Amino acid sequence: MDDIFGIPAPLLFGQLLLGLINGAFYAMLSLGLAVIFGLLNIVNMAHGAQFMMGAFAAWMLLAWGGIGYWWALILAPIIVGITGVIMEKLFISKLYKLDHLYGLLLTFGLALIIEGVFRNEFGSSGLPYRIPPELSGAWDLGFMFMPVYRGWVVIAALILCLATWLMIEKTRLGAYLRAATENAALVQAFGVNVPRMITLTYGFGVALAAVGGVLAAPIYSVNPQMGSNLIIVVFAVVVIGGMGSILGSVLTGFALGIVEGLTKVFWPEASATVIFVIMAIVLLARPAGLFGRA
Amino acid sequence: MAIRRRALLGTAALAAPGGLPWRARAQGGQGQGAPIRIGVLTDMSGPYRDLTGPSSLAGARQAAEEFSAATGLAVEVIAGDHQNKPDVGVNIARQWFDRDGVDMIADLPNSAVALAVSQVAREKNKVVVGSGVGSTAFTGAQCSPNSVQFTYDTYMLAKGTGDALVKQGSDTWFFVTADYAFGHALQADTARFVEAAGGKVLGAARYPFPATTDFSSFLLQAQAARPKVIGFANAGADLVNCIKQAREFGLARQGLKFACLLMTVVDTLSLGLPEAQGLLMTESFYWDLNPRTRAFADRVKGKLQGRIVNASCAGNYGGTLHYLKAVQSLGPGPARASGLAVVERMKAMPCDDDAFGPGRIREDGRKLTPGYLFQVKAPGESTGPFDVHKLIATTPAESAARPLAEGGCPFVKT
Repeated sequence: MDDIFGIPAPLLFGQLLLGLINGAFYAMLSLGLAVIFGLLNIVNMAHGAQFMMGAFAAWMLLAWGGIGYWWALILAPIIVGITGVIMEKLFISKLYKLDHLYGLLLTFGLALIIEGVFRNEFGSSGLPYRIPPELSGAWDLGFMFMPVYRGWVVIAALILCLATWLMIEKTRLGAYLRAATENAALVQAFGVNVPRMITLTYGFGVALAAVGGVLAAPIYSVNPQMGSNLIIVVFAVVVIGGMGSILGSVLTGFALGIVEGLTKVFWPEASATVIFVIMAIVLLARPAGLFGRA
Repeated sequence: MAIRRRALLGTAALAAPGGLPWRARAQGGQGQGAPIRIGVLTDMSGPYRDLTGPSSLAGARQAAEEFSAATGLAVEVIAGDHQNKPDVGVNIARQWFDRDGVDMIADLPNSAVALAVSQVAREKNKVVVGSGVGSTAFTGAQCSPNSVQFTYDTYMLAKGTGDALVKQGSDTWFFVTADYAFGHALQADTARFVEAAGGKVLGAARYPFPATTDFSSFLLQAQAARPKVIGFANAGADLVNCIKQAREFGLARQGLKFACLLMTVVDTLSLGLPEAQGLLMTESFYWDLNPRTRAFADRVKGKLQGRIVNASCAGNYGGTLHYLKAVQSLGPGPARASGLAVVERMKAMPCDDDAFGPGRIREDGRKLTPGYLFQVKAPGESTGPFDVHKLIATTPAESAARPLAEGGCPFVKT
């Protein structure tokens, strides 16, 4: 068997692939954060809670309505997106004129409340959600056993990220959005309903988190804390990529997943820290992030 | 831009969410004079809520009601949420003892809280009957003559799983371990029994806690070592994630066994039988063990709002019942005056309740109870939503507990 740096090659390839899969989740979540921050200037600390709500929505649709995975993939983001729209209308819209910290504290508080309510309702030990039969099973790649579902997650994440980037950078709607963040008054003068567009953008960002939650439900424990463990890493990803840079956060998400995967082979205990070490180095060398505009 | 980002990450690192204060009252009995007060101090809002919290309270209330109905002794059960914080637990305990006339504190999941409250009870000469506390220090170096450890400890879990599996031929192990004190202790304890029984530990992958959600890397490392058993030295959501992902990557199909060093029936239900089938774990109670446990489960289930009758419910039932028997035997007046006398009486009297059957409490406060090695049933074997475990092996009560001489409890003379 060939060794690379003392590690058997099959194990190394396996870990690289796993890193790519985890990177898909980082990319999907940081995408929503980057959209919300880039277009609304709100640091959405409730993103992890909304990711969790997506997974719970999928569970509720199945347990209470008998609605399976594929419909949940469409319906759950819509449901959670609507709660995001309500949140934006009731609370967040009041804060656009204030310092970023207020938005951060508000969404952080909302995240704690949402998680507390879910813990009270559904308990802390998690709920079962199975992999859909079409995607169960695994491919034997020779060097590792690759579950079909993980492959699907990577593909779904790539499609989602690409579609979002195209929409914001290449369509007329995206152009309005970007214009509105540069100069809201001017865009409004051209007859565009800017407040509604901002509200829907927040709803869209939240829906992205919910899609991530539905994709995560079959492989992670569906419990009220599932988002809070992930969200800190995802914020680090966004900071490294450059806040508000959509392409940057997607690429950084995948790249850091791979770096983390490799760390798990060479020094498992450091795998949670490595992302923050990279963040510190990036902030010192390029304060605006790798892809950000200073 | 830079300042904003720094501020954001500072706030992101702020404290984890805590629960709101929580109180509930249950009245039992119509006897004369001030009632005996029992405070169930537990986790009502955090990670152990599903395991303990309402289930523990239901068990204590059941014991109080049954005992009051039979003897006429007035008993009141109140509950408090320690939020897994020792300072909060100690404050509630002091308030209960000093102001609210509480005579005994029950449950205490989370060893840090349990050890702190045990010292308060000793200082005030009250009683602690810990059902949720798992640390062996509770009846070891930090033991108290006013405390009893009723349901389980980590020694029993490690021995019940490690020893029994090696004896059945599963003799090569690899551990997936949470990288903090609890995970290390669980791994070290189990490894000791595996090696003592003639087994071999091939290695361990330690993952950062609590920052890990994806365990596939560590599972593949475990698989590459080619053991017969993977031992999971973790608990709760981490364990559930490990199991789900081990299934996903096809580890069980290659004949690997999964030993969960701290798993309960609540985790089985959370995973669902299709995912959990075949898992091995040790507990001291299961509702379907024998006619007496089934009778107990039938009586208490009305208080559980659809939850399963678990070891916390049973432990708080058995512990509270035995405490009340000792109080009755001493008389409520002397019992209220000296917690030490009550615990001594509890140790002198044999235990017998429907949940655990006959038994006794040892000098160091450990209630001796058998360790049962359970395996999760396959979906086809299960006949109802709570019919999930089958008994594989039993470690007898006297050998399931750590030998008295090894504990190092200062007031025990050996």
